Amino acid sequence: MLSKSVSGLGRQGLSFIAGAGRAGWLLFGALKPAGRGLKLLPLLIKQLYVVGVQSLIIILVSGLFIGMVLSLQGYTLLVDYGAEQSLGQMVALSLLRELGPVVSALLFAGRAGSALTAEIGLMKATEQLSSLEMMAIDPLHQIVAPRFWAGVISLPLLAAIFSAIGILGGHLVGVEWLGVDTGAFWAIMQSSVQWSQDIVNGGIKSLVFAVVVTWIALHKGYDAEPTSEGISRATTATVVQSSLAILGLDFVMTALMFGG
Amino acid sequence: MDCQQTRNKKTLDQSNNIIEVSNLSFSRNDRLIYDNISLTVPRGKVTAIMGPSGIGKTTLLRLIGGQLKPDSGKILFDGQDIPRLSRKALYQSRRKMGVLFQSGALFTEMTVFDNIAFSLREHTALSESIIAKIVLMKLEAVGLRGAAQLFPTELSGGMARRVALARSIALDPELIMYDEPFAGQDPISMAVIVRLIRDLNDALNLTSIVVSHDVEEVLSIADYVYIIANKTVVAQGTPAQLRQAQSAQVKQFMAGEPDGPVPFHYPAADYQEELFNHVK
Repeated sequence: MLSKSVSGLGRQGLSFIAGAGRAGWLLFGALKPAGRGLKLLPLLIKQLYVVGVQSLIIILVSGLFIGMVLSLQGYTLLVDYGAEQSLGQMVALSLLRELGPVVSALLFAGRAGSALTAEIGLMKATEQLSSLEMMAIDPLHQIVAPRFWAGVISLPLLAAIFSAIGILGGHLVGVEWLGVDTGAFWAIMQSSVQWSQDIVNGGIKSLVFAVVVTWIALHKGYDAEPTSEGISRATTATVVQSSLAILGLDFVMTALMFGG
Repeated sequence: MDCQQTRNKKTLDQSNNIIEVSNLSFSRNDRLIYDNISLTVPRGKVTAIMGPSGIGKTTLLRLIGGQLKPDSGKILFDGQDIPRLSRKALYQSRRKMGVLFQSGALFTEMTVFDNIAFSLREHTALSESIIAKIVLMKLEAVGLRGAAQLFPTELSGGMARRVALARSIALDPELIMYDEPFAGQDPISMAVIVRLIRDLNDALNLTSIVVSHDVEEVLSIADYVYIIANKTVVAQGTPAQLRQAQSAQVKQFMAGEPDGPVPFHYPAADYQEELFNHVK
């Protein structure tokens, strides 16, 4: 019994290491320069549209509501101490440091990550990847690279949009509805938000999340078992693993950036 | 004298085999698929590889295309050992190969025209007007010039296979490999594809490998046939020679008999034993 569980653990460990190796090879192969810069540009633009622009609606709506909820909850807490003037500072810092990068990355994993995995998994199942290889076109350059760069470029921009619309949502509830002074809302926000401490660190977070989520999504699709069940498993794995990676990495990065 | 030597050399080159597989062994997940198999594909001919389902006929095409690596043995394509080529050299070699996949494997987001133009745009510096002419010529060859602006989802199975065939000859390859080209086709589509394989091979001076288990169709177009079973080549020869073969295994396959050397039943425990003494 004991030997069985030990060997099971060993098997899982080996399979994890092999998977990590394949994921590393995938990224290396996709990012290796292949002298096809100009030919990749139209593919990149198309993927920026699919991965980025088509994720805008969910980012805008979620950002607005999260900003509104943040403002409402913050007001009920701050008003007890007569500090409701600082509502703008609280909303902006929460969004820029944490909620913007984290929630937009979670939404991106669910919306774009799962779609990337399913698309590449289906291309594998219908032998489209094989046929590219046999046409002497490397699928890592043709399929993986433009999607990777599109994810890396899109998510930080989506996170910035999320934070901006969230602050507007916070203003809508705090100032327009609950009556916080508009000058205090913006002035305290402006004086407390720092470029390097808050905005750059938030940007770094969303860039890291972008690399991790897109990498996981592409690897899971490329490595998927080419059956309907295999693609379904891979899509689920993308969302679960990306979400866990985002939350875990967020803690590590927050500790490094703001911990001391 | 020099002229004579050149002519002799040319004749020798042309009579060369485009593919020479020697002592190839391949296993997948500890299951041996090929055990020391050897075969050759002569230039300019249609060579068929036949055998029961599940014996790895498609795997052999993937080995020749360098998508899988054998455990041991050589696969020479145009004199180059495919498994030992660098990635760059392998991709160069693949430009001389075309593959017709069983599913067609057309790119679903592109029209038929763009599917065929794809490899021309990627691998050549031809202008769009020349590419358009080549694409129309390839489509005309498979009888689907009128379907150029359709998407793959709008095509029937037979039409998709013909478009895939046009795509695989877009770069004028030296070798074209057909993976089960007749599977799932109605009699008309099947007859069209049978004719196309032979005609294209002769008209474009190609070399063709047809992997299939459709006996009559294959025998009607192949110049030479290999029958693979039990991890190795069990018979080879011209269609006429195979029709006369005395081997029980070959006769069972050619006549499509349900039981014989390839048993009807998957290996199992004793039937009575299992029926009456089976404890769940």
